[in-house]
Amino acid sequence: MLLIDISFYVFSTIIISSALLVVVSRNPVHSVLWLILMFLSCAGLFVLLGAEFVAMLLVIVYVGAVAVLFLFVVMMLDIDFGSLRSEFARYMPIAGLICIILLMELSLVFGVWQTAESAEQARAVITPDLSQVQNTAALGQIIYSKYIYLFQTAGLILLVAMIGAIVLTVRDRPNIKRQDVLKQIYRDPKEQIEIIDVESGRGL
Amino acid sequence: MVSLEHYLFMSATLFIIGIFGIFVNRKNIIIILMSIEIILMAVNINLVAFSSFMNDLVGQVFTLFVLTVAAAEAAIGLAILVCFYRSRGSILVDDVNMMKG
Repeated sequence: MLLIDISFYVFSTIIISSALLVVVSRNPVHSVLWLILMFLSCAGLFVLLGAEFVAMLLVIVYVGAVAVLFLFVVMMLDIDFGSLRSEFARYMPIAGLICIILLMELSLVFGVWQTAESAEQARAVITPDLSQVQNTAALGQIIYSKYIYLFQTAGLILLVAMIGAIVLTVRDRPNIKRQDVLKQIYRDPKEQIEIIDVESGRGL
Repeated sequence: MVSLEHYLFMSATLFIIGIFGIFVNRKNIIIILMSIEIILMAVNINLVAFSSFMNDLVGQVFTLFVLTVAAAEAAIGLAILVCFYRSRGSILVDDVNMMKG
């Protein structure tokens, strides 16, 4: 067995088992940690496939941003997660049934596809020669030329998501005390200080 | 030798684990969101495997867009979750009936 084969089996075993543990583990914090392990192993698999750029992106975006976001939310919300699992066993049979049906449907597809004769040529037109350019450079050549509008749309989606997340979670509390700089600047000292001449022995 | 079918079988299994997670954790919306991430990851593996075995980089370009949408979806989903938790004090999926839909 080649080293690459062994790495494939190791990575896919880790992926499958950690995905199962994400789904069944009791504590959601553990779930998130298993999810991180799954993403990292997926990145390893992508490196095996020769897609280094996507692999590194996976580490940055999924592990660095998405999983940490999940971790923050799980730790921020004060929830009794034990009560959420009470009906775990009840849904188990129906879930298993649906999964078996889906697996059968998906396995119908394995190995029985045909490729159109012109497909090879059509693919070769778009893809740069991979023996000449690196994966990242080749991806850049495609994204910034042929798929530039899709790339811009992806940026727009991220912008909308960012604004949406901020708008949803921001809250202005009316009873909080804040510094109002303009009010401080326009304060007139003559109105604020009053000089009173107090007679001795009388008091105010 | 690892072939395309190995990768496809792996990602199909991952996809089904994601579906299983959605069905089994019906009440816990955080785990449901994580299961959606698992499903999208399975799709990504499929795309990259095809792209690598057929020398077609467009699959990897598409993976980038799936990644973008997944990140946006996670951010918005968790923001809605935090919003909901503030107004209701729980994240039970069964409680989401405010709009009587």
